[in-house]
Amino acid sequence: MIEVKDLVKKYGATTAVDHLTFTVAPGRITGFLGPNGAGKSTTMRLILGLDRPSSGSALIDGKPYRELRDPLRHVGALLEARAVHGGRSAFNHLLYLAQTQGVPKRRVSEVLELVGLTSVADKRTKGFSLGMGQRLGIAAALLADPRILILDEPVNGLDPEGVVWIRELLKALAAEGRTVFISSHLMNEMAVTADHLIVIGRGSLQADMPVGQFIAQFSNSAVLVRTPRAAGLRVAAERHGWTVTTTSDEEMLIVTNSTAPEIGELAAELGIALHELTPQRASLEEAYMELTRESGEFTHHVPPTAAPALVIPTTPTAPSAEALTPGGPDDRV
Amino acid sequence: MTASSETVFSPPAVDGAGTGHANFGRLLLAEWTKLRSVRSTYWSLIALIIAFPFFCWLFPYLTVANWSQATPTQQANLLLDPIGSMMAPGQYIGQLAVAVLGVMVTASEYSTGMIRSTLLASPRRVRMLAAKSVVFTLLILVIGEVVSFAGFFIGRQTFKSRIIVNLDSGDIRQVLGGGLYLAMLALFAMVLGALIRHVAGAITGIVALLLVLSGLISLIPGQIGKYLYTYEPTNAGFAIISKHVPDNFLLTSWEGYGVFAAWTAALWILAAWLLVRRDA
Repeated sequence: MIEVKDLVKKYGATTAVDHLTFTVAPGRITGFLGPNGAGKSTTMRLILGLDRPSSGSALIDGKPYRELRDPLRHVGALLEARAVHGGRSAFNHLLYLAQTQGVPKRRVSEVLELVGLTSVADKRTKGFSLGMGQRLGIAAALLADPRILILDEPVNGLDPEGVVWIRELLKALAAEGRTVFISSHLMNEMAVTADHLIVIGRGSLQADMPVGQFIAQFSNSAVLVRTPRAAGLRVAAERHGWTVTTTSDEEMLIVTNSTAPEIGELAAELGIALHELTPQRASLEEAYMELTRESGEFTHHVPPTAAPALVIPTTPTAPSAEALTPGGPDDRV
Repeated sequence: MTASSETVFSPPAVDGAGTGHANFGRLLLAEWTKLRSVRSTYWSLIALIIAFPFFCWLFPYLTVANWSQATPTQQANLLLDPIGSMMAPGQYIGQLAVAVLGVMVTASEYSTGMIRSTLLASPRRVRMLAAKSVVFTLLILVIGEVVSFAGFFIGRQTFKSRIIVNLDSGDIRQVLGGGLYLAMLALFAMVLGALIRHVAGAITGIVALLLVLSGLISLIPGQIGKYLYTYEPTNAGFAIISKHVPDNFLLTSWEGYGVFAAWTAALWILAAWLLVRRDA
């Protein structure tokens, strides 16, 4: 159990973490989501006692991290920043950590085997690839068999096989009743991994809810309509209170706050022929972008380009057209 | 690559959970592992072990070879403090290896990011610094005494045809002092690395102090110059290896070593305080 209460971290005039309060419960995977610079890593470092909070608290099973005896037996952590001496072998790096906790040497070989690094155990880590470094970090996190795992961007640098491996591993650990808290800026990765989501933007809490609820609450589903009588349908749809977005193709409309059956019924009533009626299912990625659009530290001045299949130049009065884009450049692992 | 998931859930592979009193011993063992598992330790210590006795041989060898060309004053000075004369060159070189290694022991943790792993494993930061200090200082004390005595015996043997060196009670202090000086310097450099947290910066700082500043301040005239010279930490510490302290040195040899120790202790406390307060 991780409890964050009214946590604040300021660096000079910049507020990196702004009155965050949330709880990470055991037995499930909690995704910690936010754009780059939202304060995810800082929050994790505060939980882990690496940084001192400006105010508020972060407790692990009721205690600040710095007061834990043999902390690695309580919490296994993977940090985003590199945390190994490149001149030391993987085995000796883990041996050092094991010795501080009174964990026997054979456990070092066990975790190296688990993450698939046995063959390079005696190699100095400066030659490791990003993925190997990530596996070493995961080995360190699992070393003392902790009940709580805090992993900052665990899939970073892993190949697709590695991504699936870590996902299955985390699910198995959560099913064991452990607390699993993982950060990511990749919504789609969270969609298939996490059970619960905590979303932050600019250091403050945006959402704290199960994944399903998050999608339902934050996504507008849109429907693409193609008809020769677009103008007539548009007037009727707007009378129903639906949002209609025109496109450069004068036969094509994007309707939001409605459903395909409703639009079909309306068109039938008016005797308007439809050439196309396609629901655009909102993904988690869209919901996330919708939510954090204004809160990233490095917001795009130009909206991310839409996928080639659906390039729709929109009128300025079309607030939700952007939500149709199936994701920015980095939506996939 | 894909390991079976059963291995993760093997029963907690930990001994003695809950018995916290062995903690400091564990930290000592762990810091020892850290120290012996990087190459810079070996390179620096090999440099110390080779250079120190070599220079303890070289100076007496050249002295004996050129004895007839030496002025009577030079000869008299040598006879006044033969141990200090033969060991000082070894000390000058050897101290650089120790200083660089000392800085690396702490500062490289910051430059590599290792400090984050270290502090996750031992969030009681002062205890970690204490364990590191004990392990590193003891290692250099042992090696320092070995090279110091080795240097002494080599130098005495080489001097034998011209100068007979006796080990009376005052002189053994000089030989023991060689190791004591290096051990205190090791701790001093290590603390400096922890304060500066940057390898290149900290090495530049300590080398400048040892090679430039310590000598330069002897040029400052008057009583103030004497105070500055005496209380400069490395000059103060170096007094332990000379038979007679220099004219501009205001303390005895042991008091000088005490000054060096006091500097080191003060900086250690400052480093510990900052370590707890600063973000890692």
